[in-house]
Amino acid sequence: MSAEKTENLDWLNQRFPLAKTWRAHVAEYYAPKNMGFWSIFGSLALLTLVIQILTGIWLAMSYKPAATEAFASIEYIMRDVDWGWLIRYMHSTGASAFFILIYLHMFRGLMWGSYRKPRELLWMIGLVLYLVMMATAFFGYLLPWGQMSYWGAQVIVNLFAAVPGIGEDLSVWVRGDYVISDATLNRFFAFHFLLPFVLAALVFLHIVALHHVGSSNPDGIEIKKGPKGNRWDKNAPADGIPFHPYYTVKDLVGVAIFLALFSLVVFYAPTMGGLFLEAPNFQPANPLQTPAHIAPVWYFTPYYAMLRAVPPMWGSQFPGVVVMFGAILIMFLLPWLDRSPVKSIRYKGPIFKAALGIFAVTFVVLAWLGMRPASDLSTLLSQIFTVLYFAFFLLMPIYSSLDKTKPVPERVTS
Amino acid sequence: MRKLIIATLLLLSPVTLLASGGGAHLEDADIDLHDKASLQRGAKYFVNYCMGCHSLQYMRYNRMAEDLGIDEISLRENLIFGDAKPGDLMTNSMRPDDGEKWFGTAIPDLTLVTRWRSPDWVYTYLKSFYVDDTRPYGVNNVLFPLVGMPHVLGGLQGVQQPVMSESHDGGEAIAVGVELVEEGTLSTEEYDTMVRDITAFLTYAGEPMKLERQRLGLYVLLFLGVFFLIAYFLKKEYWKDIH
Repeated sequence: MSAEKTENLDWLNQRFPLAKTWRAHVAEYYAPKNMGFWSIFGSLALLTLVIQILTGIWLAMSYKPAATEAFASIEYIMRDVDWGWLIRYMHSTGASAFFILIYLHMFRGLMWGSYRKPRELLWMIGLVLYLVMMATAFFGYLLPWGQMSYWGAQVIVNLFAAVPGIGEDLSVWVRGDYVISDATLNRFFAFHFLLPFVLAALVFLHIVALHHVGSSNPDGIEIKKGPKGNRWDKNAPADGIPFHPYYTVKDLVGVAIFLALFSLVVFYAPTMGGLFLEAPNFQPANPLQTPAHIAPVWYFTPYYAMLRAVPPMWGSQFPGVVVMFGAILIMFLLPWLDRSPVKSIRYKGPIFKAALGIFAVTFVVLAWLGMRPASDLSTLLSQIFTVLYFAFFLLMPIYSSLDKTKPVPERVTS
Repeated sequence: MRKLIIATLLLLSPVTLLASGGGAHLEDADIDLHDKASLQRGAKYFVNYCMGCHSLQYMRYNRMAEDLGIDEISLRENLIFGDAKPGDLMTNSMRPDDGEKWFGTAIPDLTLVTRWRSPDWVYTYLKSFYVDDTRPYGVNNVLFPLVGMPHVLGGLQGVQQPVMSESHDGGEAIAVGVELVEEGTLSTEEYDTMVRDITAFLTYAGEPMKLERQRLGLYVLLFLGVFFLIAYFLKKEYWKDIH
């Protein structure tokens, strides 16, 4: 580096901790060397957030958040705006991709016991991120102003009306009208534009918390508690390697694979058979015509199935709403529900492994049930799987302490 | 217990159950978006037979001409009626209120019809009109019972009678199919080809960039393939001393 450049950087570093931050969080952030395949999803989720924010801003340049113009403005983007179709398909595919990645990221957390001490707060910040992400997706789904946008929003906002006493007023307050209308569309657009920046701020907190406690790994071992001293630093964990260049180049491979899968959808199956872009949404919203079957987008359907599984009690849907939100909120308790002496699935016993397997299947089955029209049979199934879903959490203090665990090695295994 | 067994079987059934369709069987439209002659004929049929009532309000004449390989003179002479200009959207002059008054329902714009229905639906629909004297325009449709529109292509196709379902347990018999009882000016094959052309054109109009995105996708994937190889060997090189 030329002398002049170093001088400029010195000037900068005296006033802003650029080099220090780079070292602390990238070049000298020591991550466990054994992280493997499942560690990629956090990085990919961050990449997807960036894709969503960038494509979103470009969409907003041509989108019109008005009930009379919204639908046509999307077709204008698809047809008349240069590369508009690509930006729009990237955004619609990105929304689903984001949820796929986050679900895999969360599943990795369950496998590695990443929610356990000292990462309780890291896990909880992640759950807040997940909630904000769901709110962003919900607001965004109204914007195309298609039939499913409109009626999906109608159904979800009506959930607020189930709150005893204040419900009706609350739902009117959320909509700004007695039905989903132009006023609703405007405010949803405002929130859909705002929340991604809240997400970015939460991601910052998530990473700050992560780098404070250190990355987890498939062995569930704290490398910070192990022996010290590696090739780069005599005080750093012996089993740690610098995030850059090791994990940056490794993540690059994951990025290539992810982008290839992403492109396959964008270029060859943008509707993903009606899962990512639903067929009824190619019809403009019509407040006078209810579609035959209303279902939320796939990433909300596990919770939707749980909502429908609960029968109305005392003439109110409210218990179902409580169950639905409870399904997410219960995850906040996870750090204290797991009583196993070991963190990672690798050293946990057969009971926990079976429980996690059943839980994963339960989530997928509930997602599938939530997409289908309600029938007696699907309601019964939804009830069974809702019970299984909650049993995973509520019985965890019992089965995790009963389980026969394997001894955890001193050092990470490769 | 039986409920549970059925439930388990249901769970094992493929995702195709998700694709909700009407009750009637859909015929394969078998369209080819690369066949420009077919698309051009479809455009000609659409502007002549359909556009009096149905608009393509998100589609521009000149975009259509460019994509379908129609020169401007042919476009102006054969496809644009009235005082529309090539850069205009393909709207028509029917007022929505009039349409509703004359046909009993708002007349849908058809730009995206193949996306919220499907190409197969459109193809089958256009072949499924049958004589029904109880309807205002004397026809009904197997796929779209009590449809408001007349059979515009009826003179070409001929007259079809409904095939009614067997009436079980006293329920009302419904039309499940059609049979041709009187030839129109076109043979069955000619009519099928015409309907296929219209379906192909509407499928094109629903997503004009479809072929472009598929073409472009190949280059993007090729690039990502090269990028993957470089990233993979870079990772291997860096990680060879990590044990």
